[in-house]
Amino acid sequence: MTFEETLSQVNDIFIDVLDDEDVKLKYETTASDVEDWDSLTHIELVVAIEKHFNIKFTAGEIQGFANVGEMCDSIAGRVNGN
Amino acid sequence: MDFRKLKKNLKKDVAQFPSYRAALLGDSATQMLNQAIRGYAIGEGLHLDVFEADYDQIERQVYDSESELYQSAPQFVIIFQSAQKLMAKFHKLPKEKQAAFADDHLANLRQLWDVMNRRISCTIINFNFVEVDDGVFGNFATKTSYSFLYQLRKINFELMNLAGEYRNVFINDVSAMHNRIGSNTAFDTRMYVSAKMVFGIDFLPHVAKGCVDIIKAATGKIKKCLILDLDNTTWGGVIGDDGMEKIQIGDLGVGRAFTELQSWAKQLKDRGIVLAICSKNTEHIAKEPFEKHPDMVLRLDDIGVFVANWENKADNIKHIQSILNIGFDSMVFIDDNPFERNLVRQMLPDVTVPELPEDPAEYMPFLRSLNLFETTAFSQEDGKRTSQYQAEAKRRAHQQAFSSLDEYLKKLEMLSLVKHFDEFHLPRIAQLIQRSNQFNLRTIRHSEQDIQQIMAGNDFLDLYFTLEDRFGEHGLISVVILKKGESPENAFIDTWIMSCRVLKRGMEDFALNKIVERAAKAGYKKLIGEYLQTPKNGIVKDHYQELGFKAVNGHWELDIDAYQTRPTFIEEKSE
Repeated sequence: MTFEETLSQVNDIFIDVLDDEDVKLKYETTASDVEDWDSLTHIELVVAIEKHFNIKFTAGEIQGFANVGEMCDSIAGRVNGN
Repeated sequence: MDFRKLKKNLKKDVAQFPSYRAALLGDSATQMLNQAIRGYAIGEGLHLDVFEADYDQIERQVYDSESELYQSAPQFVIIFQSAQKLMAKFHKLPKEKQAAFADDHLANLRQLWDVMNRRISCTIINFNFVEVDDGVFGNFATKTSYSFLYQLRKINFELMNLAGEYRNVFINDVSAMHNRIGSNTAFDTRMYVSAKMVFGIDFLPHVAKGCVDIIKAATGKIKKCLILDLDNTTWGGVIGDDGMEKIQIGDLGVGRAFTELQSWAKQLKDRGIVLAICSKNTEHIAKEPFEKHPDMVLRLDDIGVFVANWENKADNIKHIQSILNIGFDSMVFIDDNPFERNLVRQMLPDVTVPELPEDPAEYMPFLRSLNLFETTAFSQEDGKRTSQYQAEAKRRAHQQAFSSLDEYLKKLEMLSLVKHFDEFHLPRIAQLIQRSNQFNLRTIRHSEQDIQQIMAGNDFLDLYFTLEDRFGEHGLISVVILKKGESPENAFIDTWIMSCRVLKRGMEDFALNKIVERAAKAGYKKLIGEYLQTPKNGIVKDHYQELGFKAVNGHWELDIDAYQTRPTFIEEKSE
């Protein structure tokens, strides 16, 4: 799975969870760039992403992603098995 | 039912919903639990205005008389202490104190409830603990009081006894939910580590349902009647085709699944839920297994109303409703046939119609998980309800033999006990106040605590009425509370409730005679009545007018000195 594919699917999950059609994620996007992405919705987003990709992040990752790009790298890494 | 759906509910318009104030106190992060509880409540047609205390503030909120908890004047206080926090507390103690851990915890909890009860009148919903082991003793934990598991289980067990002592405390049994749903869903340790959130996101809806179920029951929204279809619901197979010998029940085929369902229904009946049968069958064929099949758990005696014919089921349920005189929203209809279920849902949207699984083996796990029959009280009288309805059916048959209603009522030999409230009858009185919807003039839902205050206060005159006749006892069927008015010569009728089981017998005339008699003795000159309309109490719209009250500025007045005793066939019973 390429980074772009991952990002696009993650973007759809954000739209769904945050109930906001206008979310447009990029590599550098952080929580402060997206309305309603707070510590609570973060949990919902993480769980939704985990279910979608059938993966599990570690507690450290959940707290520590610097931006959307890092998160997508981690997802793609797990899905691609490296 | 997932969290996101509950969260979407929060955007719905709740202006038309009944609204209650609640407070949520937790020793871990409760924001998402709060969202789940409110969202679930909205799905059930309730609006909860929730005060959520800051993280880990249970004690401060309760002990500080100026706290936001008390300022929010909650009708419900939800207390959530987590097993994780409990474990941490336990681990901090020196070994010699660990064996007394449960007792200490319970004593603290008792104090917490007592302090709250002194300050406000509310219903307390306290969670029990999910049973987690700390992995220190292994299986030996089950036989030493020094283990965490031992102390936790002791707390859970003793919590039941403790809650039993308080009429306003209810336990949200998250331990049972955890057993049913499993640890993998119940917990997400990563969320606990990173966000101090104990429960996993997919567990929250279950926990929320537990809270809301209790709130619904405490505010009178309870189920009173279970209506069962027969073929492939109460037994396997089709009685009309297969014959009595071949229906599956007991050891035959998948009969075990149906036996379980019947046992459940029988237990519900013994608890006071009325059972009704609604089946497309020829009546005498449908009744045969109830009379003759050795493996049937349910017998004709257990069934309050038995309807087997070829009419449509919605009409039949209307018929059942008319005999029982209860709201459609207090009825549950169980049928294996999707067509019948949909028909009833369409025609009678207030009736609860569970989407039964296809496989009968799944019936009971599914039905148990729905928690359809939540209650907040149980009195011995509840178990007699079915026989009361059966006696009613006999009375109706008897009635047809008389030419006039008066002649019939006279021959009923009705007796009524008229008494002030007492501690022994308090649960039943509270139950009537919580549950009565139809014959209820003002629908003021006094809690048991309120009633105790009324009993203790000088400004109130309280009466309950029982009724019995030659066919049997109805028990305590009517409650009246008079309150001293702004002018001390006026008695305001704060509450007048009667069970619909005893309509059309002149009970209201008898009750008014007694009210006037007692009010006069207490020095009152006037009775002031008020009718507050609800969607359900239309039958008492003209109550005061029919009893000779005069309309004055939007309420009703009756002059006690000029009162003419109303004719009635009910005699006051002396003890």
